[in-house]
Amino acid sequence: MSNAPDDLRYAKSHEWARLEDDGTVTVGITDYAQAALGDLVFVETPEIGRVVSAGEACAVVESVKAASDIYAPVSGEIVDTNPDLANSPEVINSDPYGGGWIMRIRPSDPSELDQLLDADSYLELTSEQD
Amino acid sequence: MQQRTPLYQQHLQAGAKFVEFAGWSMPLHYGSQLEEHHRVRRDAGVFDVSHMLVVDVIGARATDYLRFMLANDVARLTEYGDALYTCMLNERGGVIDDLIVYRLADVRYRLVFNAGCADKDLAWLQRQGGGFEVTITPRRDLAMLAVQGPGARMKVLNLLRSGDQDLAQGLTTFEGAEIGDWFVARTGYTGEDGFEIMLPGGEAPSLWRRLLDSGVAPAGLGARDTLRLEAGLNLYGQDMDETVTPLESGLGWTVAWAPAEREFIGRRALELQRERGIERKLVGLVLEARGVLRAGQTVRVDGQPAGVLTSGSFSPTLDAAIGLARVPASVAVGARVEVDIRGKYLPARVVKPPFVRHGQVLV
Repeated sequence: MSNAPDDLRYAKSHEWARLEDDGTVTVGITDYAQAALGDLVFVETPEIGRVVSAGEACAVVESVKAASDIYAPVSGEIVDTNPDLANSPEVINSDPYGGGWIMRIRPSDPSELDQLLDADSYLELTSEQD
Repeated sequence: MQQRTPLYQQHLQAGAKFVEFAGWSMPLHYGSQLEEHHRVRRDAGVFDVSHMLVVDVIGARATDYLRFMLANDVARLTEYGDALYTCMLNERGGVIDDLIVYRLADVRYRLVFNAGCADKDLAWLQRQGGGFEVTITPRRDLAMLAVQGPGARMKVLNLLRSGDQDLAQGLTTFEGAEIGDWFVARTGYTGEDGFEIMLPGGEAPSLWRRLLDSGVAPAGLGARDTLRLEAGLNLYGQDMDETVTPLESGLGWTVAWAPAEREFIGRRALELQRERGIERKLVGLVLEARGVLRAGQTVRVDGQPAGVLTSGSFSPTLDAAIGLARVPASVAVGARVEVDIRGKYLPARVVKPPFVRHGQVLV
């Protein structure tokens, strides 16, 4: 059983999003996603300053097995990416909701967050897929 | 309904994540593919490879039959238990499958084929076998465990009875011995020392449990793939198939040209290709940038698309991406090429596989 903290929002494509106090949105992949992908060995993060639309592929995580696109859960500008992932992509496996964050987005329309799933709905979705 | 090996329950108990492979439900990993990979390189791991097709070929003319069927020459198997790696070819020299053949006795051989080719292999063996009056028996009653790693042999030997122990201990590389209704061979697919053990399916769970109790790590097909890639061993269906010959697949060394009078299926096509020279060959690549090589990526030589990755992955031992690629024969070892990864042309170095053997990085 994977876990999904209550204070996050979730995309059906298995990203999580957290609204920070400074108005930015931190994005990562869920515990369910990291478990399904297996050991991660490479993460390609977007350029800082890139403007993305909700649902746009903007990062890639690669496990030993395969490469998977990561989609922006909200529209906006990429303002930061996790520098630790270059040398330690496995932190996504060990700490998907903490040290394994992937990028921060300054949202152009914060109301897009409301269109994402809450934790219960997301867990329901993943239990159907198991 | 996917087929299950006699060890399915043991995999469940060990926490396996399963994957469908050639119609079989097989363990992909038991938590961490990387950890399993390292365990095999550093100590010992066990793979359930009971999905592979084991075929016994028996008959007065079994040697003649296999000398005709296989590109390598079973006449080289002078001692009982000796093993040989070979391709089975079609008339065009294309690879129907690759396999290991063991000579169990004078006119009794055991062949181990890829699970994904089982049906076509059996059909091909039967179709060509008529004139030789051999008996071709798939041994679905057998399970097969591959125990691999620098500590693997010692851990297996400790589980055998003393007399059997001596027999197994005396085996050299690519040699096996029948021990009762078990067959223990010093072969594998990881680039490490170890044994492959074929035994009645009903006895497999107990051997599996005793291996795990001895500190052997269960390892899945995921680790098996990265280990074989590091070892520079081809995977059928990826690195070669019926559209390419052994000469185009880094397997020229497995073709026994001598004696010249031995006819084998595919020989004429191979001889013609050898005379004309091959246009493509299989090489190793090491990516010299961050990223992961994958099968299907385009290899660029002198700025032009010229080849294709047939296998690619992250190498846990090198901590870099490695792959096998089919490229123009003119590409030399040591050359720099580029690989198209999502539109970026990343530099890669051409090497001669293996990448890793017995725990040591060779490239």
